[in-house]
Amino acid sequence: MSPGAIADVGAVSTQIRRILRELGVEPEVVRRVGIICFEGETNIAIFTKGGRITLMVWDDRVELFFADNGPGIEDLELVRRPGYSTAPDWARELGFGAGMGIPNMEKNADTFVLRSRPGKGTAIRATVWRKGNERQGSSAGPGA
Amino acid sequence: MNAREVARVLGLEPLAFPHPEAEVGGGFCSDLLSRAMAEASPGDAWITYQRHLNVVAVAKLKELSLVILARGPEPEPEVAARAEEEGVNLLRSDDGMFELAGRLYALLAGDPETHPAERG
Repeated sequence: MSPGAIADVGAVSTQIRRILRELGVEPEVVRRVGIICFEGETNIAIFTKGGRITLMVWDDRVELFFADNGPGIEDLELVRRPGYSTAPDWARELGFGAGMGIPNMEKNADTFVLRSRPGKGTAIRATVWRKGNERQGSSAGPGA
Repeated sequence: MNAREVARVLGLEPLAFPHPEAEVGGGFCSDLLSRAMAEASPGDAWITYQRHLNVVAVAKLKELSLVILARGPEPEPEVAARAEEEGVNLLRSDDGMFELAGRLYALLAGDPETHPAERG
C-alpha cells in the first residue's frame, strides 16, 4: 500500500462509532471500540494491500473482526510488546510505527485473539463487553 | 476554559474552528499518533508538529478539544477542510512545542476549573 492510502485511516473508525452511537451502545464501549478499530485500520493500511473489518453488535458485547491477506506477523509474542514495530520509514515519519498498535488494541479489548501466518495474512478478533452485561454469557454453563 | 479563550491567550491562528466553545480539560504533547491514541484524554488540547490528515482522525476519535500545530509549514489545504468537516478544532502557532506546552500548562493551572497537575 502506498503512503498516500493511509490518509483515509480513521474513516472506518468514525463510521463504526457513528453506528454504535445510533444503536445506543454505551459511550465507554464506543470509545474503546473506536480505538481498537483505528489501530486495526492503521495496520491494514501500513502493512497490507487491503483487508476486511467486520463489526458485530450484541446485547452483551461488541465484536470487531479484522482479516487481511497481507504479509502476516513473524513473531506473535514480539508484536504484543510495546515499542516493537516493523513499520517502514514513511509510516514512522507520519507518527506511526511507535510499536503501540497491537498493545493498544489488546489494552482496550476484553478478549483479544490474534492469528497470523507469515505470507498468508492476519486475523484478529477483539471483544468489548457492554457495561452491566459482563460475563453474562457464561450463566448457562454447568454449575452456574 | 474553552478553546476560544485558549486560542486568544496563546495567540493561535484558526485553520478550522467549528467548536470554539469546546472545554479544554488538559493538554498533551506528542508527534507519535499511537501515543496520542493510547494516552490523550478527551478534552485535551493536543500540541504536535505532525500536520497531516491522520491528526484530524485521532483528534476526532479521542474527542480532543483542539489540535495546536506547533511552528512549521502550513498544512495541506485538505487537512483544514477535513477538520472543518469532522468538527475538529485545528489551530496553528509560530511558537514551538516547548513554549506552547509551558504557556498552556500555566494557563490551565491558573484556571480553577482545570487542574492539569493533578492528572500527573
